[in-house]
Amino acid sequence: MPLKAVILIGGPQKGTRFRPLSFEVPKPLFPVAGVPMVQHHIEACAKVPGMKEILLMGFYQPHEALSRFLVSAQQEFKIPIRYLQEYAALGTGGGIYHFRDQILSGGAEAFFVLNADVCSEFPLQEMLEFWQQHGDMHSFVILGTTANRTQALNYGCIVANADTQEVQHYVEKPSTFVSEIINCGIYLFTPAIFQHIGEVFQRNQQELALEESSNGWQRAEVIRLEQDVFTALAGSGKLYVYKTDGFWSQIKSAGSAIYASRLYLNQYSKSHPERLAQNKPGGPVIRGNVYIHPTASIDNTAVLGPNVSIGEGVTVGAGVRVRESIVLHGASLHDHTCVLNTIVGWDSTIGRWARVEGTPSDPNPNDPYAKIDSETLFRDGRLTPSITILGCSVTIPAEVVILNSIVLPHKELSRSYKNQIIL
Amino acid sequence: MRALILVGGFGTRLRPLTLSRPKPLVEFCNKAVLLHQLEALRQAGVSHVVLAVSYMSEALEAAMREQEQRLGIRISMSHEKEPLGTAGPLALARDLLAEDGEPFFVLNSDVICEFPFEALARFHRHHGGEGSLVVTRVEEPAKYGVVVCEADTGRICRFVEKPRVFVSNKINAGLYIFNPGILQRIQLRPTSIEKEIFPAMAQDGQLYAMELQGFWMDIGQPKDFLTGMCMYLQALRAQHPEKLHSGPGVVGNVLVDPSAKIGANCVIGPNVTIGAGVVVEDGVRIKRCTVLEGARIRSHSWLESCIVGWSCSVGQWVRMENVTVLGEDVIVNDELYLNGANVLPHKSIAESVPEPRIIM
Repeated sequence: MPLKAVILIGGPQKGTRFRPLSFEVPKPLFPVAGVPMVQHHIEACAKVPGMKEILLMGFYQPHEALSRFLVSAQQEFKIPIRYLQEYAALGTGGGIYHFRDQILSGGAEAFFVLNADVCSEFPLQEMLEFWQQHGDMHSFVILGTTANRTQALNYGCIVANADTQEVQHYVEKPSTFVSEIINCGIYLFTPAIFQHIGEVFQRNQQELALEESSNGWQRAEVIRLEQDVFTALAGSGKLYVYKTDGFWSQIKSAGSAIYASRLYLNQYSKSHPERLAQNKPGGPVIRGNVYIHPTASIDNTAVLGPNVSIGEGVTVGAGVRVRESIVLHGASLHDHTCVLNTIVGWDSTIGRWARVEGTPSDPNPNDPYAKIDSETLFRDGRLTPSITILGCSVTIPAEVVILNSIVLPHKELSRSYKNQIIL
Repeated sequence: MRALILVGGFGTRLRPLTLSRPKPLVEFCNKAVLLHQLEALRQAGVSHVVLAVSYMSEALEAAMREQEQRLGIRISMSHEKEPLGTAGPLALARDLLAEDGEPFFVLNSDVICEFPFEALARFHRHHGGEGSLVVTRVEEPAKYGVVVCEADTGRICRFVEKPRVFVSNKINAGLYIFNPGILQRIQLRPTSIEKEIFPAMAQDGQLYAMELQGFWMDIGQPKDFLTGMCMYLQALRAQHPEKLHSGPGVVGNVLVDPSAKIGANCVIGPNVTIGAGVVVEDGVRIKRCTVLEGARIRSHSWLESCIVGWSCSVGQWVRMENVTVLGEDVIVNDELYLNGANVLPHKSIAESVPEPRIIM
């Protein structure tokens, strides 16, 4: 059956927690486990039989990096991929409603909607089969997973019938406990969804007509799937949840990018073993899962991993240690440096014997349902220890220590820093 | 001639090092502190040294028996059953010190300098007073005992311990020479020589001060130990440059025991002392540190302003700085960061110490 996929990629005002990395490249293109974040989504969608077209939807202005990415992705996955630019931030529901004709063109009988800022195993085929099995061709499916009781409050919570998986109740970010099953931000819709979104739109318009606001028409089109549509659909027999135990995480902050990298690198041993570096005589020491771009140059006395991604054209000098980090393209790590829990920005340089270190914010490894915390930047007036981020073209001198700090692009440091944002 | 060295007790300020050795036996620039002093005294004609200790240590006794033979000097131990302060020990050792009627030296065991014992003896005989002490100029005199004296004769007018307002920038360097007569001023009880004896002698016009040439340091605590090391190495560069290490990757003043091994692509110095049997692996950077006997520094690590204790093992890609002191036999795991960590002996460190603290 003909299918489509829509990937919601947001826009510049979204993803501020991803600064300063998002200054250089739109967050959906940020490399996770060696490839752009959204490429993992595209690859999963392209694998589903019957997928006709993939639509990226967001409100970024036309962007060179984005266009180049679309071209190369089309060539690699051999499927049409287009960018639909929303004229304003229309929310998770407003965009697909606005472009409903594009989505349904070509006779699509169902379509997936995926948030770009999640990392997942993407059990799309399984969601499709689940939908086909329970018979109602006009129903919709939300992908859900299990969180622990405290963290579930940070997500959309789903209460479902134990036998049929029909969603009986949906609340977005409740303040009291509702359910451990959370919304993964990945949905399977049929054309009937637009009828429900349309009803929300009508209601918005009516409310705004009473308000006499000049940009009422724009605000009426801002529709949030979660709060406006799912909450209303719960208990109507139209919404179902497909629960997965596969890996899943949000990617809101830089720290979660490193965690997401680890999850995808783990997956590579089955899906893309060619992307994982191997220990070879005369080569650097590789521990655990490591991705190294073919054009990177790594000294054979370096020790990399676990969970390291080395980007295009990166140079890693003698005796360098990198662990739990992402090194973006063009960066240069000089001899004897030690890089831990850090994202090293594009074209940055780290001088000899320097130590660049962050603090991981990983979920509790003893709790199988723990999710990564969406950290606040400050707590009690002090910077929370977190992943160290070097923006693009940052220079770190030799022999210093940079600990739990964020360095904005094009900065040349002259001394050590700890627990600071360096503007 | 004779001398008394005030060794005192547990050396708590130099812990964790002094948890494993008595303080006089901790190596300063690859030689036990006490040995620096004994050798200088021997050279000045002293034939009998009394060590005033309030903590009896077998290790110290055994080491001293060895030195007696080697230096050809007689070493006695005077053991205080209760702490007698800085003057009381003189009374306790009275028989040993006054035996030949000659003036005798007294020194604090924490003092390192270019020991001027011969000049001090000459100065003392020249003015004929009861006692002479060595003074040195410092930037922050209020931390010490301050001396006010007549510029031409050196006769001391006043003696002020840790003054609250600026009085003078010359302080008591902890090196003295006394006539045996001084022993009549001191009773066998806890007594402070600075607070009780010297002020009285100054009043009587019997105390004189000789200014020290060259460097001086009280190395009783780690950060001063390292500062003293830098000064000593600098003096060594001036007087015996052949004793310092040179070669590829050596910067500034570096002292390396012949049995130590240093790997490839290291940069060592300035101001580094490497003890006997130490192994420094490849790609290590060390600045302003003392590495004691038997320690191993594994590859690609970076150390600045640290003291690495005997037989320690510092892992790969470790960064240590800010007067981190590792006691004896401490293991630091790979890839850690220690900032001002004070680590007690036989500890294994598996987590970074980003802010200064003590690890028990």
